[in-house]
Amino acid sequence: MAEITIRVNGTGVPLSVDPRTSLLDLLRERLGLTGTKKGCDHGQCGACTVLIDGRRANACLALAVAQDGSDVTTVEGLAPDGDGELHPLQAAFIERDAFQCGYCTPGQLCSATGMLAESGPSAVTADLAEDPRLTRAEIRERMSGNLCRCGAYVNIVAAIEDVAGSGARAGDGVSAAARDMAGARGSAGAGEGAR
Amino acid sequence: MKTFAYDRARDVAGAVAGFRPGTMYLGGGTNLVDLMRLGVAEPEYLVDVSKLPLRAIEADGDGVLIGAAVRNSDLAAHPVLRERYPMLARAVLTGASGQVRNMATVGGNLLQRTRCSYFQDVTKACNKRRPGSGCPAIDGDHRNLAILGHSSDCVATHPSDMAVALAALDARVHVTGPEGARVIAMPGLHRLPGTEPDRDTVLRPGELITAIRLPAPPPGASAYRKVRERASFAFALVSVAAALEVTGDGLVGDCRLALGGVAHAPWRARRAEEVLTGGRAGEDEFRRAADAELAEASPLPGNRYKIPLARNLIVAVLRELMPR
Amino acid sequence: MNRIEGRDKVTGRARYAAEYRPDPADSIAYAYPVQSVIARGRIESIDAAPALAMPGVLAVLSSDDPPALSPDAEPELALFQTRQVAYYGQAVAAVVADSLETARAAAREVRIGYREEPHDVQLRPDHPGLYTPEKVNPAFPSVTEQGDLPAGLAGAAVSIDVTYTTPAEHNNPMEPHAAIALWEDNGLTIYDATQGATPDRDTIAATLGLPRDRVRVISRHVGGGFGSKGYTRPHAVLAAIAARAVGRPVKVALTRQQMFPMTGYRTPTIQRMRLAADRSGRLTAIAHDVAEQTSTLVEFAEQTATPTRVMYAAPALRTSHQVVRLDVPTPAWMRAPGECPGMFALESAMDELAIAAGIDPIELRVINEPRTEPVSGLPFSSRNLVACLREGARRFGWDRRDPSPGIRSDGRWLTGTGVAAATYPARRAPSQASAAAENGGFVVRIAAADIGTGARTALTEIAAEALDAPPGRVRLEVGDSSLPRASVAGGSMGTASWGSAVVKACEDLRKNGSEGVADTTEDVRGDTGFARHAFGAHFAEVRVDMDTGEVRVPRMLGVFAAGRIIDPTLARSQLIGGMTMGLGMALMEETVTDAATGDFLNHDLAQYHVAACADVQDIDAVWLDEEDPHLNPMGAKGIGEIGIVGTAAAIANAVYHATGRRIRDLPITPAKLLS
Repeated sequence: MAEITIRVNGTGVPLSVDPRTSLLDLLRERLGLTGTKKGCDHGQCGACTVLIDGRRANACLALAVAQDGSDVTTVEGLAPDGDGELHPLQAAFIERDAFQCGYCTPGQLCSATGMLAESGPSAVTADLAEDPRLTRAEIRERMSGNLCRCGAYVNIVAAIEDVAGSGARAGDGVSAAARDMAGARGSAGAGEGAR
Repeated sequence: MKTFAYDRARDVAGAVAGFRPGTMYLGGGTNLVDLMRLGVAEPEYLVDVSKLPLRAIEADGDGVLIGAAVRNSDLAAHPVLRERYPMLARAVLTGASGQVRNMATVGGNLLQRTRCSYFQDVTKACNKRRPGSGCPAIDGDHRNLAILGHSSDCVATHPSDMAVALAALDARVHVTGPEGARVIAMPGLHRLPGTEPDRDTVLRPGELITAIRLPAPPPGASAYRKVRERASFAFALVSVAAALEVTGDGLVGDCRLALGGVAHAPWRARRAEEVLTGGRAGEDEFRRAADAELAEASPLPGNRYKIPLARNLIVAVLRELMPR
Repeated sequence: MNRIEGRDKVTGRARYAAEYRPDPADSIAYAYPVQSVIARGRIESIDAAPALAMPGVLAVLSSDDPPALSPDAEPELALFQTRQVAYYGQAVAAVVADSLETARAAAREVRIGYREEPHDVQLRPDHPGLYTPEKVNPAFPSVTEQGDLPAGLAGAAVSIDVTYTTPAEHNNPMEPHAAIALWEDNGLTIYDATQGATPDRDTIAATLGLPRDRVRVISRHVGGGFGSKGYTRPHAVLAAIAARAVGRPVKVALTRQQMFPMTGYRTPTIQRMRLAADRSGRLTAIAHDVAEQTSTLVEFAEQTATPTRVMYAAPALRTSHQVVRLDVPTPAWMRAPGECPGMFALESAMDELAIAAGIDPIELRVINEPRTEPVSGLPFSSRNLVACLREGARRFGWDRRDPSPGIRSDGRWLTGTGVAAATYPARRAPSQASAAAENGGFVVRIAAADIGTGARTALTEIAAEALDAPPGRVRLEVGDSSLPRASVAGGSMGTASWGSAVVKACEDLRKNGSEGVADTTEDVRGDTGFARHAFGAHFAEVRVDMDTGEVRVPRMLGVFAAGRIIDPTLARSQLIGGMTMGLGMALMEETVTDAATGDFLNHDLAQYHVAACADVQDIDAVWLDEEDPHLNPMGAKGIGEIGIVGTAAAIANAVYHATGRRIRDLPITPAKLLS
C-alpha cells in the first residue's frame, strides 16, 4: 500500500492505495464518485476522461499512486456549485440533446472542457503554424477520443459549438455568452435524483 | 495485474542507478499501464520517470533538444515544432486521442509495443512475449501486420507515428544507463525481429531515454500522412513521412521518406530516396522509387493490400509536396 | 421536452448498475470470471489453490462444486454446471475477493486443465452442418416459397445472382455489463444493466429456482444495450451465486474484453440474392437465401431474410434460412436483428438490379411498390415508402444525379451517392401500468427501461396527454421489476408497448379517480389483420480516396414514415444514432474469429472500430406525417432500430456510384477497395 494525497474537485484527500489501483477505480470504488465512467479500462473509449492538473486525461490509464499531489476535476466538479448552476457545457448538452444513454456523457463533458482550453493545431488543421478556428471538423477531430455508441455525435458537436461561440479559436475556452446562458438556465428543472 | 513496488524517480542518475531486473520505467502510462492490466507487462518495480526534469524543448545549435518527459501534446503544440518540423508535429497529432496525447511522454511513445492481437492477449502464443511459443499471426490474422523486414518468428509492426517522422528526420535518441550515456541514431533505435522478436529496441537493460535531438530540419516541404479505417483514433494501416526538396530545374535535392505500419521498426525508405535523389521530380519517378522500395516487401496472404496502399500513398504524398 | 433525467446524466448523478453502494459500502465483494482458453472440449481439472491462497480471496466458484441452479436454467446461464466447454472465453469458474484488483489477479491464478477437442468456428456457404431451423426469430417460418422461382428467373429480361456477406458484429454499448447482487431476508435484489427489469427478473428467478416475488431487479439507468442487454447475461447470475456463496453483496463488472464472448453479438451472414425483372423493371422473381451461425448450446436463428417478405412484390418469391451449430458463443440480438443484415443484401441487390436494368434505383422501388404485404397478403396498416423516397430525393438533390459510376471526382476524391430503403416492424407486446394521483400530481408506474431511447421522457409526455395534465406534474417510475410488468426494450416495441399500457392506466385513473391500472394483453392479442411496419429511405454521399481507398461519408439523410412521432428531439436523436451505427457497420465494424483458437480476436475498442466523432459529418433524419389508426393509442411506430436498417446499403451503393466497384462484403475497407 502507498500513501498519497490527491485533490479531487478542490478537496485534498489523503489515501492509502494499492499501487495497482487506477485513478478511475479510486474515484468510483473508493471515493464514491461514480460520475466518471469505466467503458473500456484501456484508454480506448474516453468515458473515463477527467481533468488532471487542468488537462484532459484518461483516468483508467493513470495509476492512483502516480497521481500523488495531482489536482483532479471530475464531472461532479464541473458545475461551480453542485445543485445549482450548471457548467455551460452541461447546460448545452441538455439543450442540444447531446446524450442518450448518458454513459459517455461525463467523459464527453470533461473532455470538451479540456479541449476548449487547448490552443494549437489538430490533425485536421491545414496550417500548423496558426491557432485554428474551431470549425466543426476541428471539434470532431478533437473529440474523437470520446466514443459514443448511441451516436449522439451530431448533437455533441452542436453543443460544443454553442459553448465555444461562433468564431472561436482553439484555446479560447468557454465563450462569455455561453457562460451567461448557463447561469440563466442552470437552476431550472429538478433531476430524478440518484434513487 | 501483478502487484509491484512504485517509486518516483528524483533524478536520472538515481533512476538508473537503482535499476535492477524486474524494473520498468513509467512515463505517462498510456501504453505501460494498458499492458500491465492485460498481464503482458509485469514489472516488480515501477519507477516513475514522468516528473524528471526532462520536460524542456529548447533550441540546440541548428536543431532542437526535446526532453523525454515532454508530453506528446506539448510537443505537437510547440511553435518551433510547428514552424520548423511540421512533419513531426503532424505525426504526433495523428496519434491516439487528445487525452492520451496529454498523458503520453515522448520517450514512452518511442517504446510503445506492437498492437498485434496475439501479443496483446496473454492466453495466446507469441514469440515476442514468450520466446519459442510460436507466432500465430503468420497463419492467423495479420491484416494489420508487417510486409517488410519480418521474420518467421514475428510479423509485428511498430505502432508509433512519431517514430516514423523521427526516422525520416534523422533524429538521435539520448539514453543514459547503468553503463553510462550514449546516443542512438533513428531509425536505429528499433530492431527488426530476426530471431529475437522479444527485443523491440537496441536498448540495454536499465537504459532510460532522456532526450531526442532533432538536427536542422530537411530543406524541402514535408508532410505526414496516415491511412486508417476510421477518420481518427486508430492506428495506421500504412503511413508516410516525407520531405521533398525540388531544385529550380525540377530535380529532387534532399528527400526523406519513412513508412509506418509496415514493419517492426519505422521503415526508412533509403532505396526510394536513392532512386529519387538527383532525378526528376514527377509522378513516374515517384512510382519507380516506391516500387524500388517495395520490391523487397514480402506480404502475407492477408496484408497484400499494403503494397498498393504504400505505393499509392508514397506517390500521393510526394505529389502533394511538389512545388506548385 | 428535455430528457427528464438529463440533469442527472450531465452531472454524473445518474447511477448505472455498477455504481450502487450497499450499506455499509465496504461490505461489497467482487467476482471476476475465469474464462476458457479452448473453444471445445472438457475441463479435466481445476486447481483453485493458488487463487485461494491469495490474501483477500473469499471463494472460487466452479464446476468442482456446481452452484445450485435450476435444472431448467438456460445453457448460457447455467454457470459451472458442466465440464463441457462450448466456446472460447466461456466463463468456467470465478474468483470472489474483497477488492477488484485481487479478484482479477487471482482469476489468473486458477489453473484449469482441459482436454481440448478440434473445434469448428468458421461459417461457410457449403458447410455440411447447415440445416433449416423450424423457426427463425421471433417465431417466423424459416422458409417461404410462392410462385415458380425458376420460371420467374428464366423468363426475365434482366437478373442478378449475387452473394453478400456481413461479418460478426458486436453491440458494444458504452456501459459494460455489470450487476450487484444482495441477498436479504426477503430475497435477492440485483442492480443490473438490462433492457427489461421484468424479463430479467423472471429469468434470474427461474435460473436460481426462486419464485419471482423473491427476486427484484433494479435498473434505472442503462448505458446502452442495442440488444446485448435484452436477454439476461451470465454476469448477473454470477453476481447472485457469488453473493450467495460469500454472504456479502457482490459486484460483477465485465471488462470490455469479456463482453465479446459473454454478452452476445450479431451472427455473420452469407446471403444469396437473386432478383429478376421484366423490361419495365417489374420484379418477376425474388430469392433471398441466408446462411448464418449459432452455438452448440442454443439455436438462435436470426430472421435475416424476413424483410424480403415485406418490401417488394413478385410473382415468385422465396426466402430461406439455414444455420450451422459452431463452437462459438450464442449469437444474440443486435440492433434490428434480421432487418439490419437482411436489408443490406436486399437493398444492395435492388441497386445492382437497377443498374443492370438501366433504371433509376428510386424508380425501380416505386415500380415495385406492393399493394399488400407480399408474402402474407395482409393489408399494410400504413406504408409510405414511396413518399420517403421522393422526399429524400428532393432534399438530397437526387434529380441532378448522373447514374454513371466512377466519373465524378474532387481532387483525389471520387464522389458518389446512393439510396436504400428501410423497414422495421411496428409491433407491441403486453405490458402493465398503474397511474395514481399523488401529492398534487400524478405518478405512473411501469417496469419499462430507458436505455438511452428517452423512454422515460416519451412516456411522461404520453401520460401527460392521456391525463390532460402538464408534463411537469407527471412523474414516471421505471426500471424496477417491483413495478407493473413490462416488456423488454427491444424490437422497437418499447414506446408502443408501454405507451399503450400507460394510456390505458391513465384513462382508468380518470374514470375511477384514485388509481388506474392496465394490462394490455388482450389489446395486443387483437393486433391482427394488418402488416404493421415503419418504412424509410436512406441517402448517402461518399468520398473515396483514389490513392488509398479510404471512404468518408460527408452527408447522410434518412427520411422516415413511422406514424406519430411522440417527441421530435428524441426521435431525431434515435434515428441519427441508428444511422451512425449503420455507418460503422458499412465501413469499419467486424469481429474477427481466430481460426486457430476460436476466439474473437479483436476484442477491445481499439481493434473493433465503432464510428468516432470525426467519422460523423452531416447526418440528418426527418420524417413524414403519417396517421395510422391500427397501431396503439398513440398512433406511434417504433423508431429505435430503423435508423440502422438500409444505411450500410445506401453507403455501399454510393461507393459503387463513386468508384464503379461493388463491394458485397462488409465492412468496406481500403484493403478491399485496393485489391
